[in-house]
Order: sequence, then C-alpha cells, then structure tokens
Amino acid sequence: MPEHALESHRSHGGHRARLRRYSGVAIALHWLVAVLILGSFVVGTYMVNLDLSPWKLKVYSWHKWTGVTIFLLVAVRLAWRVTHRPPDLPATIPEWQRHAAAIAHTILYLLMLAVPLSGWVMSSAGGFPVVYFGVFQLPHIVAKDKELFELMKSVHFALNKALLAVVVLHVAAAVKHHYVDRDDVLARMVPYLKPRR
Amino acid sequence: MTFARIALLFLTIVLTSSAAFAGTVDYKKSRIGFTFRQMNVPVEGGFPQFTANIVFDSGKPDAGKAEIEVDLGSIDTGSTDGDTEVKRKPWFNVESFPKATFVSTSVKPLGPDRLQVSGTLTIKGRSRELTVPVTTKREAGGTVFEGTFPLLRLQYAIGEGPWSDTETVADDVQVRFRIFVAGT
Repeated sequence: MPEHALESHRSHGGHRARLRRYSGVAIALHWLVAVLILGSFVVGTYMVNLDLSPWKLKVYSWHKWTGVTIFLLVAVRLAWRVTHRPPDLPATIPEWQRHAAAIAHTILYLLMLAVPLSGWVMSSAGGFPVVYFGVFQLPHIVAKDKELFELMKSVHFALNKALLAVVVLHVAAAVKHHYVDRDDVLARMVPYLKPRR
Repeated sequence: MTFARIALLFLTIVLTSSAAFAGTVDYKKSRIGFTFRQMNVPVEGGFPQFTANIVFDSGKPDAGKAEIEVDLGSIDTGSTDGDTEVKRKPWFNVESFPKATFVSTSVKPLGPDRLQVSGTLTIKGRSRELTVPVTTKREAGGTVFEGTFPLLRLQYAIGEGPWSDTETVADDVQVRFRIFVAGT
C-alpha cells in the first residue's frame, strides 16, 4: 500500500477501521483547482455583462490567466492521478456507483481541460492572444475568425454549463456519502474530517 | 570598362528620373493598420477608409509630398465593442473630429529606397510634428511606400479619463502603413 494514502484515524469509540485519504498533493491540488474554478466561473459570469472599461479589460485578463493556471494544474493533477493510486472506495459502495463515480471523474477531468482550452480558442479566434500574467504570450491556436469566435463563445458557455452540472452532481454525491451513507468518501479528500460513523 | 560604367550610370539616371509622378493611389493594395496593447495583449486594427495624395520623383526625392487623410469613423479595433467605444468622446470623438490628417513638410532621402518623411499629424484637434522612415519598393504597376512608427496616443488625447490609464491600454501604438501608388 502506498504510504501517502495511508492514515489511521481514531474517534471517540476507540479504534476504528483505517481511513485512507488521498495524498497531500492530490488533496491540495483538488481544493486549489476547486477554488480557482469556482472563482473563474463567478468572474466569467460577471464580466460578460460589463460595459467596456479598463476594469473590464483587467477582469478579462485575470479570467484568462486563471484559466491557463487551471489548465496547467489539472494537467499536473492528471499526471499525479495516473501515477498515484487513489485510496479504495469503501467496500459498502455498490458496483454501479463505482462505475458512475469513475465516469463522472473522467468527465470532470475532460471538462476541466476542455473549458480553458475552449476559452483559448475563443480568445484566439477573436484576435486577442492570451498573454499569461501579461508576460508570456501563448501562440495563436487558430487564426482570427469571426464566425469561429461566435461559435466558440457558445461552446465555452455550453462546456461551462456541463461542468457546472457535473460539479453539482459531484458535490451532491460527496455530501450524500458523508451525511447519509456516513462513509469515508468525503473524508478521503478533506484533511481532519472524520466520517460520521 | 569605364565606358560601360558611365553608360550604366547614365541609364540609371535616365530611368530613375523618369519616375516622377503624382500617381493615383490604389487603395485595394494600400493599408493603414496599427497594433495596440491592452493588458499587454497585442491587438491588431486598422483604418480601411483613407485618402492619400503622394507626389514623388525618385530623381528629386526632396520635392516629394504626402498628404493623408484618415476617416476615423472607419476604424477597426479588432472587435465590435472596441469599434463602438473608440468613436466616443474619450477616444477619437469622431463626431467632432472625423478625420486625422498627415501633411508632410520635408522629404529626405536616407539611401536607396529609403526616405525620411517629416510632417504634421493632426488627430482630435491636436497637431504634432512627426518623422517617419519610409521605404520605397517598386512592384508591378507602381511603387509601394511603407513604414511603421510609434504613436503615443495620449499626446493626441486618444483615451481620456479612466482610459488614460496606460497600465490597461499602453500609450505606445505601432502604426503601419503601406501605400501603393499606381502608374509609374
């Protein structure tokens, strides 16, 4: 068993079954990306309705920088996930739920990469290169193309709605496991959280 | 080979001095564009509508003249939002100042196919002296005059109030022009 996924847990009844959490790196990346996605989503929804102003240009740039950051962090997460086995799910979880979880997690990873990518294509098609932190200019992924720009606006929006839907499902499942099933599922990803056994 | 050299020189003089004209500008082959930076992001734009009067004699470049009038309302900033915004008062104030003009005051040859053109650029009622390096290039059916120069937008009050913040939109705008004069 990998050492990083191993953690013993003692609660007020005495010894309990061992709780195996995700590694510290996996937990840190998960919550960092979660916060960035939430922030970026809120900012993205807010900024599109702004009138053109220096503030709007700033917010758009911040949104794009965050998107690039999310993409890079998700790539690191994915590499970490592939090379580090996550802790097993509790034995009480039925087979179909394991499959559903695996599918949902795959879709989450795909969307977490696809959403920033679609933003990059949109920005590039709009004739606005992305300059990461105002320093590093990303190459033009596509040539300036007004029709593609309009299309990518819809695609970026649709992918975000899809991501929102899967995230809601993801959160609902975590909450259900913690408060209804009272198993280890959420505690595996939250430091110091104890399952409500 | 002295005779051949003299003959060649003579031929060159005859050929180049015959290139005197006040030709017609072919607007399909001409362009005034610019690159500005917002949040350090380079954005391309241009002015599709302009008129240019060019008088040029490669034998007597000093006698050359250029007058360019740019229709500011035709501006393309790379986005619809931007196009609407920059016509408004804080930017070009197109309603009161529909045109930008450049009138040359001197043309100096800097070498073969290179000129230094000085003149007055007027935008939004503000006039500044401007010196621009220009290259000339013969192409089929005419001559191309090309050049790039930095324009400091705040010198012409392009972008006032909150828009004068150069952290967001840089002061330095690179202007590029290519003017094709036909019939030479």
